[in-house]
Amino acid sequence: MSIEVHHVSKHFGTYTALHDVCLTVPTGQLVALLGPSGSGKTTLLRIIAGLEPADPAPHPEGAIYFHSRDVAGINARDRQVGFVFQHYALFRHMTVFENIAFGLRVRRRRDRPSRSEIRSRVQELLELVQLEGLAQRFPNQLSGGQRQRVALARALAGEPKVLLLDEPFGALDAKVRKELRTWLRNLQKDLHVTTLFVTHDQDEALEVADQIVVMNHGRIEQIGTPDQVFHHPASEFVMRFLGDVNTFHGRVNRGTVQFSSLELPFPHERQQIAGEARVFVRPYDVTIDTKSNGLPCLEARVVRIHSAGPLVRVELVTSTQQHLISEISQERFATMQLEPESRVFVRPRHIRVFASEPEVQNPPTAEATTHSAN
Amino acid sequence: MRKRTSHTAARLPGFTLTIGFTIAYLSAVVLLPLSMLFMRAAGLGPAGFWEVVTTPRVVAAYKLSFGAAFAAAGINTIFGAVIAWCLVRYSFPGRRIVDAMVDLPFALPTAVSGIALATLYSPHGWIGQLLAPLGVKAAYSRLGIAIALVFIGIPFVVRTLQPALEDLDPTIEEAAASLGASRAQTLRRVILPMVMPSLLTGFTLAFARALGEYGSVVFISGNMPMKTEIVPLLIIAQLEQYQYEAAAAIGLTMLGCSILILLSINFLQWRASRFGRTQ
Repeated sequence: MSIEVHHVSKHFGTYTALHDVCLTVPTGQLVALLGPSGSGKTTLLRIIAGLEPADPAPHPEGAIYFHSRDVAGINARDRQVGFVFQHYALFRHMTVFENIAFGLRVRRRRDRPSRSEIRSRVQELLELVQLEGLAQRFPNQLSGGQRQRVALARALAGEPKVLLLDEPFGALDAKVRKELRTWLRNLQKDLHVTTLFVTHDQDEALEVADQIVVMNHGRIEQIGTPDQVFHHPASEFVMRFLGDVNTFHGRVNRGTVQFSSLELPFPHERQQIAGEARVFVRPYDVTIDTKSNGLPCLEARVVRIHSAGPLVRVELVTSTQQHLISEISQERFATMQLEPESRVFVRPRHIRVFASEPEVQNPPTAEATTHSAN
Repeated sequence: MRKRTSHTAARLPGFTLTIGFTIAYLSAVVLLPLSMLFMRAAGLGPAGFWEVVTTPRVVAAYKLSFGAAFAAAGINTIFGAVIAWCLVRYSFPGRRIVDAMVDLPFALPTAVSGIALATLYSPHGWIGQLLAPLGVKAAYSRLGIAIALVFIGIPFVVRTLQPALEDLDPTIEEAAASLGASRAQTLRRVILPMVMPSLLTGFTLAFARALGEYGSVVFISGNMPMKTEIVPLLIIAQLEQYQYEAAAAIGLTMLGCSILILLSINFLQWRASRFGRTQ
């Protein structure tokens, strides 16, 4: 079942939590709502679940459809949505078994499965979430990861067509979180249930989701596959949110972009930017050389080196006092023999330019790849 | 309960001191006066004791006292729960004033509330005159006793339930709703079981308070033997006639019954809160 959100807004008093949001989640996909806290992602999820009403028709076409059925007038109880809460929201006076069976037991008599059907369904779900032996435990006798899996099993018991998860792994420690998200991804693919989950962790979204919806200040900044949002961010916000970035103030002028002491060619085709601009470079796109090779580059001084990790992170200060971060491979680091205070030559391999007009809603963007240095 | 281990150095010391104090204090304040009750009652001898406590007038008073206290505690549990829910879950203008009003029965001298209630519910009082044409006699009847006991018991239920309701996570209700539960099902299957221990505590406190209540009841009950005479009043009557042994015997029986009832409520509470324990 697909989810379609058409022109939904939500205000809390004078605060705008959602501003005219449109979104489609195709059947069977795993979609992440990604954004900082206060971006409206949880509000959107709760509105889809029916736990929160949207503002009454701010837009004539404002509506939410589940597989082209308008659900605006249907309350949470009848939406047949599985919802998993950040802090589990398990019923602590019930055993794991009773928690999972709850959704089946509260059904109207004619829809309610028999006792033995409930028993086998719960057993099936316990196997699915790998908690077979724990049916008679109470929630406070389980670890955080186990509780979240119980919450998931409980949400899945009624075979919902839509699964909504609100920061499902937010309260877990890093290792459990990584295991669970891979596991959730596989489970979702097996069950083929349309899933929307909220997260503020970009790694989680990039690793797990089919589509990522990046949100900020109650608006959707970009919708795309992990590759699209990561490699082709639609806005400065998306660029900044999905990983570390070096920022320069620059100018676009007749096919070139100038920043710091550099002037790089800038492709003409999508030349909507002129004048003041901001230039972004990811740390792994900053190459370091100990000798100048004739290409335009910045002179810099090494300030600090963090070599523990898959990549070596080098903090630099350019001759124009601009702070820069570069990430290079361990091998390259070894051949260069960098040390703090080394003089080096730095080149951005790939830059992204956004017009620096913060009030523009959809700033025109363009990318440029300076021809490769290695 | 946590077992005491030998690794107590990191915690505040003082188990020996506090347990010694606890026992000494409780002995002086609770056990000693109660043992005097036993001593006095023992003066009657088994046969005399039995005779005193099975007098029809005494038995009627027992039934009335326990019945009225039970009814009042039951009513308070239901409406106290509604009040506590309203105070915890909603914010409205004047909420703090309503919250403070709950404590008034605590603060008033019971005799004052008794007189106030008797005036209000007497056949010429504001409420009494409305009830009289309907054939309902509020003051000087068993109904009046129940009204007085409801009045003095309400804060116990509200105040014990409030913290429990504040602890209740609203997402629990949302979880129940998203799983398809109706409001009634959410209340019955989720909220009630979770607050049941506190609800029972509130009931117990209101019940215990109502059993021993004297001041407010005597003004509104009319004190008719066999009809509206509560046990505490009967005990006072015995004392006024210098029948100390009989008074002690009646008091002791009441104490025995109360302990039995409180123990069985405790047992229910233990069952209701089993989810709170870890194995």
